[in-house]
Amino acid sequence: MCMPHDDPDHPHSLLPPDPALRIKALETILTRKGLIDPAALDEIIDTYENKIGPRNGAHVVARAWLDPAFKARLLEDATALVSELGYYGRQGEHMVAVENTDDIHNMVVCTLCSCYPWPLLGIPPGWYKSDAYRARTVREPRAVLADFGVTLPERTAVRVWDSTAEIRYLVIPKRPVGTEGMDEAGLMALVTRDSMIGTGLALDPQASEAKA
Amino acid sequence: MTRPHDMGGRYGDGPVIPEAEGEVFHADWHARALSVTLAVAAHGAWNIDVSRHVREKLAPMDYARFSYYEKWMAGLADLLVEAGMVTAAELAAGDAAPQPPADKMLTQENVPAVLARGGPADRPSSVGPAFKPGDVVRTRQIAANMFVDGGHTRLPQYAAGATGRVIRYHGTHVLPDSSAHRLGDAPEPLYAVAFAASDLWSHPENPGDEVILDLWQSYLAPA
Repeated sequence: MCMPHDDPDHPHSLLPPDPALRIKALETILTRKGLIDPAALDEIIDTYENKIGPRNGAHVVARAWLDPAFKARLLEDATALVSELGYYGRQGEHMVAVENTDDIHNMVVCTLCSCYPWPLLGIPPGWYKSDAYRARTVREPRAVLADFGVTLPERTAVRVWDSTAEIRYLVIPKRPVGTEGMDEAGLMALVTRDSMIGTGLALDPQASEAKA
Repeated sequence: MTRPHDMGGRYGDGPVIPEAEGEVFHADWHARALSVTLAVAAHGAWNIDVSRHVREKLAPMDYARFSYYEKWMAGLADLLVEAGMVTAAELAAGDAAPQPPADKMLTQENVPAVLARGGPADRPSSVGPAFKPGDVVRTRQIAANMFVDGGHTRLPQYAAGATGRVIRYHGTHVLPDSSAHRLGDAPEPLYAVAFAASDLWSHPENPGDEVILDLWQSYLAPA
């Protein structure tokens, strides 16, 4: 049996108290030592600000709504299918898609840290990483949904997926009524990030048209 | 025996505050903290389980008062010193003597390929699946690492000693309890296991609700 290595004098306490100065110090040290390239940092930030985000997931969901064979494959082996679309990568190596129906509403959380399907949804929003979401969602998902303005019928069971391994979950929201005949781009606009985490529903086409 | 990260089911945290979709980083230093952490991981001096555990090992008081990316920075500083990549003196000075680029330094042109490649956690294993979808299983009574006292595990306290049913087999995956302590990948079968809310909570919101966790075979026994 090994002993734990708890050390009250963690090295991190040597860094400056202000968080912005703390990361500046780390960046300076690592750059000077030839361990990181500042241009690579900018590239990573640009990737997650502009290239990889919830529109990837919305594309997958819209395809699933339009094509039953695509949806069947997505539910069977999401990793293989999203890889074909170019949505494989860091924090999305093992994907599972779960479908919302009249009977079941799926929600995703990571109570132990902040696991999230980056290649499909990007960097998780602040609330997904918050203590409140991590603590409450497994015990009172309907109360958490109320914080998002969502109320489910009593007959709909909630399934909360706690991402405790390297499997990343994508919720396929229910396709809104009145969307027959809409094309992929039109449907994608109805698929919000929150609807793919399960804290929201896909947008009502009438309501979103009125807003536009 | 608990660590502060294991907060599933805890009371008293207040409302969840929704936010707009377009806002990826709320401050420049958040973006820097994320990108520095990702870039320096390219040296391969630790794995994802080691990096999770170093954040969990923060003092409970620090874990509670640090914002998300402050936890990342604290974990990173501790890992860098542990791995011998940065000294405590350099951290304290906020500077270091210049050195040429290291062989494994992540360059700008390699960023897309490295992010696209990821780090899959499935591995071949000599351990065969003992359960199949539909089987009823019980989790360990004590949600603790069996190799290291106070070590890393992915069985949350709220699901310890609970009875559920296997709903999906994920194949064989790296065991975090071993990997986080550099004891090897020790891959074994991984399952999605569904628990009735009424078997986890004293006052479930709805009797039909379920919580599903991904759990390794060694966390489970037949029930």
